[in-house]
Amino acid sequence: MSVAHCGDFRQTYRDDMTVLRTRFIRIAVGAFVVLLYLSPLITSNYVTSTMTTIAIAVIGALGINVVTGFTGQISLGQGAFMGVGAFACSYFMRVVHMPFWLAMPMAGLTAAAVGMIFGLPSARLKGLYLAIATLAAQFILQYVFMHLDAVTGGSNGIPSPPPEFGTFAFDGDRSKYYLTITVAIAAVIFTTNLLRSRSGRAFIAVRDHHLSAEIMGVNLFKYRLLSFAVSAFYAGIAGSLWGMYTGYISAEHFTIAESINYLAMIIIGGLGSVLGSIFGAIFMTLLPQVLTVGTGALADIFPKIGFLIMSFKDGVFGIIVILFLIFEPDGLAHRWRMIKTYWKLFPFSY
Amino acid sequence: MEFYLQLVISGLVLGSIYALVALGFAIIFKSTSVVNFAQGELMMFGAYFCFSMVVQYKVPWIWAFLITILFSIALALVVERLILRPMIGEPVISIIMVTIGLSSVLRSIVTAIWGTQIQVYDPPLFPEATVNLVGIPTSQVYLWSFGLSAVLLFLFAVFFKYSKAGVAMRATAFSNQVALSMGIPVKNIFALAWCIASVVSAIGGILIGSINGINVQLGHFGLKVFPAVILGGLDSIPGAAIGGLIVGVLENLSDGVLKTTLGLSGIKEVAPYVFLVIILMIKPYGLFGKKEIERI
Repeated sequence: MSVAHCGDFRQTYRDDMTVLRTRFIRIAVGAFVVLLYLSPLITSNYVTSTMTTIAIAVIGALGINVVTGFTGQISLGQGAFMGVGAFACSYFMRVVHMPFWLAMPMAGLTAAAVGMIFGLPSARLKGLYLAIATLAAQFILQYVFMHLDAVTGGSNGIPSPPPEFGTFAFDGDRSKYYLTITVAIAAVIFTTNLLRSRSGRAFIAVRDHHLSAEIMGVNLFKYRLLSFAVSAFYAGIAGSLWGMYTGYISAEHFTIAESINYLAMIIIGGLGSVLGSIFGAIFMTLLPQVLTVGTGALADIFPKIGFLIMSFKDGVFGIIVILFLIFEPDGLAHRWRMIKTYWKLFPFSY
Repeated sequence: MEFYLQLVISGLVLGSIYALVALGFAIIFKSTSVVNFAQGELMMFGAYFCFSMVVQYKVPWIWAFLITILFSIALALVVERLILRPMIGEPVISIIMVTIGLSSVLRSIVTAIWGTQIQVYDPPLFPEATVNLVGIPTSQVYLWSFGLSAVLLFLFAVFFKYSKAGVAMRATAFSNQVALSMGIPVKNIFALAWCIASVVSAIGGILIGSINGINVQLGHFGLKVFPAVILGGLDSIPGAAIGGLIVGVLENLSDGVLKTTLGLSGIKEVAPYVFLVIILMIKPYGLFGKKEIERI
């Protein structure tokens, strides 16, 4: 079956649970993954390095989408949880002398544990109050990063040693890219499958109507806390990879701005959609780069506005978020579905 | 002992400004159920605008103050009409995000116009000489700020209790639909809520600006108001006032005590958030907040 149906013809549970439905989609996705792995061979180091940051952002965005998009708990602490992961990973590698492949999941678990502490108020609260609790988490953790000198190096930051596998060290742009993209693909597959499991369905039930979910036997507290933990775990992994990518971790990276950036990613990409997390991560990573080029060109034409560039970037970010929310509240993933539907039926749209 | 008294006094002053800004936050939340993350930026905008009037255009203080108030009303009307009104009925997360986007835009306008350096009001709003308050030298700015905040909070309490617009606002807060069916123009009430919030924030911004100087960090002040409103109860106006005072005093005391005993610096920045987490764990709906009861 290589043609898409123009209706819903799924007849078995197996059919219903299939992720990649037609042969065309399977081939397309396979080709895309192959292309991802081949791209460093044909593109420049700059592109490879940008794609690494996108892959890291995809992992972080998937994490915040689990807690915010699927479970409906607003998290404003993703940036700080990433920081926890980054510092923990560096600590495990430098002080405990763990290898990277062990330190990274441990960093994820550390971030998950910290995330659960701040998720505890979700026992009694929801929505807005949790948003504020995670905001507090963000500021408290930021303070800890700046003052827990032994682990985080305080305001100076701390180096993050490159991961080694046997005698091979991941220290070039390409090897870092391969490591990151592999973890990112694993994260995408894991999230997609998580959502088809009991826990994933419970998350969505909690989001859609928490009282009904509770009556159906979903333990609200357990699943809210679990979604916080999963989200922070992803953030921890993303943070470790970020540390590996930059080689040096400084508390200045993990601010409230970073958390807001992640929230913006999933809103622009599409809440509650794996594809949306990917689109959002790509969009929000490329936006500052495009703006830098754009403002650079503007500064050449009007040299006097050079000092405005920084504020201009901030403002454009805000305007884009506002316009998206007003005119495209379901995000890029929704637009993507519309385009797909349009082409599926192309000349005969009825 | 004098050291602690001083801490308490400056805490009360800081708290009274928190209370003002928290009042603005609570008014918006109560009547429009919008969580406004741009409160600090509204503050900053007011403070900078007033700075422009006083320092750059040499307008006398009293006029500068009035013009700033008019300006913040205009700003609130524009923001409410262009950004918040299309968002009515959207989920909480979208509304939170739109106010975050708004804060980003306002901040960029402020840095584009006024730059990022710390600015001070010159001439100062209040005389600089210190006065003795129960034997402790206190600067007049503190007394004036506290007094002005207290008067404003009192005026708004009276406004909500007795004036027709205040009653209409409380009705809207209770239920938009019921208010609409009683002939209350709910959209105008939303706009009014934003105007009041913007004005009290601008006044708060001017007060804090005349104590610490004005800079872009004022935006973070808006976020520190969250502990105050959570402690008081998100939708309670007297709660915002009392919460603001308590958080201000606690913040200053813990900062002073921890600095002298443990040598920890910068606790001021983080203390309100620690209280916030503790409050959320113990008494999530705050001192005066209405506990949500949900039925299917």
